[in-house]
Amino acid sequence: MHIPYTTDVRPDTGLTNPKLGIWLFLASEVMLFGSLFSAYALLRSGSTSWPDQSAVLSVPFATLNTVILISSSITMVLAWVAAKAGELRRFRLFMGLTLVLGAAFMVVKAIEYNDKFSHGLLPSTDNFLGLYFTMTGVHAIHVLVGMVVNAYLLWPGSAMFRSDSVRFTNRVEIAGIYWHFVDVVWIFLFPVLYLL
Amino acid sequence: MMEWLGLPPAASAHAAGVDQTMVLVHALMAVLFVGWTIFFTYVLIRFRRTAHRDASYHGLRGRWSTVIEGAVLVAEVALLVFFSVPLWSARVDAFPPEAQSTVVRVVAEQFAWNVHYPGADGRFGRTSLELLGPSNPLGLDRTDPAGRDDITTINQLNLPVNRPVIVHLSSKDMVHSFALPQMRVKQDAIPGIAQPVWFTPTATGRWEIACSQLCGLGHYRMRGFYTIQSPTEYEAWLASEAALIATP
Amino acid sequence: MFLKHFYSTDHKIIGLLYGFTSLFFLLVGFSLVVLIRWQLAYPGEPVPYVGGLLGAANAPGGVILPEFYNQLGAMHGTIMVFLGVVPLAVGAFGNYLIPLQIGAPDMAFPRLNLASYWFYFVGGAIMLGSFLVPGGAANNGWTSYPPLSDLAPGNGQTWWLAGMLCLIFSSLLGALNFITTIVQLRAPGMTWFRLPFFVWAQFVTAFLLLLAFPALQAAALLQGMDRLAGTSFFLPSGLAVSGQPLDVAGGGNALLWQHLFWFLGHPEVYVLILPGMGIVAEVITNNTRKPLWGYRLMVYSLFVLGFLSFVVWAHHMFLTGMGTVISAFFQATTMIISIPSVVILSSLILSLYGGSIRFTTPMLFALAFLPMFGIGGLTGLPLGLATTDIPLHDTNYVVGHFHYLVAPGTIFALFAGIYHWFPRMTGGRMMNDTLGRIHFVGSLICMNVIFLPMFVQGLAGVNRRLWDGGAVYAHAQEVLSLNIPMSMAAFGLAFFQLFFIVNLFLSLRGPRTVTDNPWGATTLEWQTGPVAALRVYRDPYEYSVPGEPTDFLPQNVGPAPRSGPAE
Repeated sequence: MHIPYTTDVRPDTGLTNPKLGIWLFLASEVMLFGSLFSAYALLRSGSTSWPDQSAVLSVPFATLNTVILISSSITMVLAWVAAKAGELRRFRLFMGLTLVLGAAFMVVKAIEYNDKFSHGLLPSTDNFLGLYFTMTGVHAIHVLVGMVVNAYLLWPGSAMFRSDSVRFTNRVEIAGIYWHFVDVVWIFLFPVLYLL
Repeated sequence: MMEWLGLPPAASAHAAGVDQTMVLVHALMAVLFVGWTIFFTYVLIRFRRTAHRDASYHGLRGRWSTVIEGAVLVAEVALLVFFSVPLWSARVDAFPPEAQSTVVRVVAEQFAWNVHYPGADGRFGRTSLELLGPSNPLGLDRTDPAGRDDITTINQLNLPVNRPVIVHLSSKDMVHSFALPQMRVKQDAIPGIAQPVWFTPTATGRWEIACSQLCGLGHYRMRGFYTIQSPTEYEAWLASEAALIATP
Repeated sequence: MFLKHFYSTDHKIIGLLYGFTSLFFLLVGFSLVVLIRWQLAYPGEPVPYVGGLLGAANAPGGVILPEFYNQLGAMHGTIMVFLGVVPLAVGAFGNYLIPLQIGAPDMAFPRLNLASYWFYFVGGAIMLGSFLVPGGAANNGWTSYPPLSDLAPGNGQTWWLAGMLCLIFSSLLGALNFITTIVQLRAPGMTWFRLPFFVWAQFVTAFLLLLAFPALQAAALLQGMDRLAGTSFFLPSGLAVSGQPLDVAGGGNALLWQHLFWFLGHPEVYVLILPGMGIVAEVITNNTRKPLWGYRLMVYSLFVLGFLSFVVWAHHMFLTGMGTVISAFFQATTMIISIPSVVILSSLILSLYGGSIRFTTPMLFALAFLPMFGIGGLTGLPLGLATTDIPLHDTNYVVGHFHYLVAPGTIFALFAGIYHWFPRMTGGRMMNDTLGRIHFVGSLICMNVIFLPMFVQGLAGVNRRLWDGGAVYAHAQEVLSLNIPMSMAAFGLAFFQLFFIVNLFLSLRGPRTVTDNPWGATTLEWQTGPVAALRVYRDPYEYSVPGEPTDFLPQNVGPAPRSGPAE
């Protein structure tokens, strides 16, 4: 079954289906993280004893992770540019870098979690740590999903590069939009959880 | 229409306002429903296939549906502005001064209502989680000077008639809801959140406290009693309870 | 091979999968309420015939325990809303009809569509399976208010949360697919204001699902953390359960759940209602043989409803300690949101005026929807005003109110849809008319006998969710005896559904007796011909156009060559 406007833009709406789809998906993601941030605001404002966040958590680790994730967004864009230009090798290089940076983010996150656990700082310790683990955990799941998508595009999915390069480039772009969103969520999480 | 709605007998100062609003809302609902139904029935009979073979492309002409919708809106706004909001404001903003009121604490738990009176000194004694026990469901500290004369009951709330009552409502465990049907009082008791509620009983009698919020398997039997007494009866009851504390 | 249907990405197959699965869950949810109604009419008496099958932990000697009663209540609500009505209204009708009505070859994302069904299926399996875990299914009401749900023993509540997460994800995938399809895949000439009203209703519904459900997703994650990782998001400090101080960090807020839940919960009400309104609009225009009265105004009303449904949620929470200003705000939004509902309902009634009304079986259900939905809507008024909510909150009045909206309201609309589109879905088979009419009359009478007395009981002050139906309370005594006819009617309702079930399966195997467009309908799903060649020339409901030879002009039929002076 041929579905129109999968790769070409529908003139009166100016959109392709996947692009509209991903923006709608992100709208619901905004509501998900928005709900979590609202929960954070409500619990913190109603709390009588909120810990000094930057003393509990490790700001250097989080800064490192911010740099890693922003870099991965840049390599993601470069991968898309390469795919658009039809340079498969360069696409593979930058997509591979994106994947490595994503993995590095997860490793740092794991070290950070481990550090907390070893000091007896658990989700049940207080609501700040509970929110920290919940919100960064939900974010980490999103990073993981993005990595799976990127890995698919890097290896098995890149067969499409030859068969239907326009559609493949669109897929890279869609994956990129999602990846940037995950990045943006982290940019909100970092100050809210580590600095404020 | 009051009796027709079958509300429980009203026995508090603000009940009349609540009931009046209830009657007005139901009157509006009845007018709308009867009006719609008459039109609906007429149309179904008049425009049935056998009586009206050829449908009209344009259908109903005129803008009177807009008029009706506007009228509904006006009626609703009137109910809101002149009845519901002022009555609500009186419930939650215009608390009477504690000095001129009967003040009690009601602490809900699975599946009972613990009542705490401040006693003769008018001050509530300290309560603490550590002191909770089968004989002390409130965790009341009897060594606290303010707590020595405090009166506690379970599932029995006595109140004097014609004097404002302030109930400081709280819950030890789940969300409960403190309902006094004849007082037109209902307030959720949510753990961790202070929930004051006030009313003025206007008739004596003995009725039931109901739990209105699902609170576990015993929700259905979370029933207490409340008794509205004349001031002399109430004072006598307080004295007899105080005597019980004095002679343990 | 029969199994291949379970992997098909064809929207019609997926729609039918949704349809049969959700009808099954409607039956399950209804069976639970039959047990509830037995218990309410005869509290503490063993359930006849099936009492022994309920398990000794749930109903020793066939007598329903309070724990089990609460499971039945919570799961009846959950199954009916999330596994029955919404998947039937949105998953089945939406999937089947939207692409056909807008002239699209399929959904925009066919594989996502199949994934959406399977998440729904898994969520449903988890919910049903939870009855078998130790301690049974969730028993904290379909609203799952903490701390009760946080602290509930056993794993039923955790399974409930897991099931909800699957169902939410399924809805999100479905919603973004619906919106993309409607925006992108309309056939040439299918401009926005030529869309059938049903498509508009589904469009707004999809936005509600997309944007409201994530709040419950977040809430379910937080509650899952409370239950599994020992956090205290919904547990304030100083809790003492069964006389023992609770060993948690505390500092949480029990109301946070209620806000998140009702932020979803109220848009969810419109998710339950709007598709039903869409179906009724289709059936009414077809059977009055005239255009929809006030089509554009109805579409605008849908948008107002959709938008406002995000700012009324706290009218479920008037008694949680709300100040004047906030309560005034939510009362005002609640009163305002009633106006577009009134507009849609009156437009549907006014559409009848001047028609040539055919009382077909689907039309009977659609017509009954109007007054039944009216009762449900009107009884929302005293609940939406904070002052009158005081005596009525959490009484049977509330139960009657939302059941009128959903049972003889939406479910009647869904029945109308099934009878109406059955020939389209089965390639020319009609459902039996006599059985359909028996089903209609029986259901209409029984539903009213069940739900109307709930208002009487609620006004008398009888609370909902009581294991004994309020038997211990003095104020309930006068209205308690109503429970017996109400329950009899519930059993009667079960009996009359047999006519539907038998009719459905007999008709599925029956002969193909009718043509492609047996109702003489104008919308595209009834028109044959290849989708690729489809072009839309006119508004959706061009019935009885003056000067035309037939009383309906399908949307895809081009303007007839006119005689008369050429240009």
